[in-house]
Amino acid sequence: MRHYLVLRVIAKLLIPFMMVFALYVQFHGDYGPGGGFQAGVIAAASVVLYAIIFGLPTTRKVIPDWLVETMLAAGVLLYATVGLVGILLGGNYLDYFVLGTPPAHGQERGIFWVEMGVGITVFGVMLKIFYMFAGRGREADTE
Amino acid sequence: MAFAVVAIAVQRNLFAVVILSGIYSFLMATVLVALDAVDVAMTEASVGAGISTVLLLGALYLCGGEEAKPMWRVGLPLLLAVVTGGVLVYGTLGLPAFSDPEAPIHQHVAKRYIEEGERETGVPNIVTAVLASYRGYDTLGETMVVFTAGVGVIALLRRRRRPRGEGK
Repeated sequence: MRHYLVLRVIAKLLIPFMMVFALYVQFHGDYGPGGGFQAGVIAAASVVLYAIIFGLPTTRKVIPDWLVETMLAAGVLLYATVGLVGILLGGNYLDYFVLGTPPAHGQERGIFWVEMGVGITVFGVMLKIFYMFAGRGREADTE
Repeated sequence: MAFAVVAIAVQRNLFAVVILSGIYSFLMATVLVALDAVDVAMTEASVGAGISTVLLLGALYLCGGEEAKPMWRVGLPLLLAVVTGGVLVYGTLGLPAFSDPEAPIHQHVAKRYIEEGERETGVPNIVTAVLASYRGYDTLGETMVVFTAGVGVIALLRRRRRPRGEGK
């Protein structure tokens, strides 16, 4: 669909704002609505829009498969690591109170990293599923 | 919404069904906003109407856009659906009235979350506080589920395309 001038220009205008909105939802989730899950989906949606307009091969160059797959696992690991850090600092698993002083500050810190993990995993999974579905009909996977 | 549901059930063209379910998701999101569940509405709008519509269209591209004529009669499934729906509606009669502050669910831990949540976690958004802090294990489990879904899709779809006729 890259021949449609209007679509191309509008997409180029929209995608940065979608990305910024995703980051806003991610980092402002403590204060307003949203959080890691929504942010991951919105970020993935912006990439999907890019893929629909500019084609899948171009998108795969921008965000290669290995990066997506790494993110897919990295988010869960990040989440689990936050829990382990809690143990190392003398608390229970996923205990955020020990992450900072005063304890409420540690809570904020823990929630931030946990949401980060959720966001990364959701972004990776959504994008990976889209890649798999969209790439399937075109050519046999070369891996 | 009722119109969208009936249209989804009647429609044979799957492209129209996908678009209608996207519309349904957007309507659902507005309902959730009206219920003051902004976080859920956001999820519904982005996942239900956004990503899943795209994924369904992608699946449609792979398997064709017309639903086959059903080989069975509609009588028994319809009866089953109506009976199940009736039982569920009957079940709701026993629930406390909507937004009743004396309902049992508001007497248990919800009170603590609302009254102490901001002081204990320093996060004004109660949804985030409950999700990431009080219910941290659950959210870890959910993230694992999402991860597993992704891995499952990779495991199922990443293989060389077989010759036609062999099946999937």
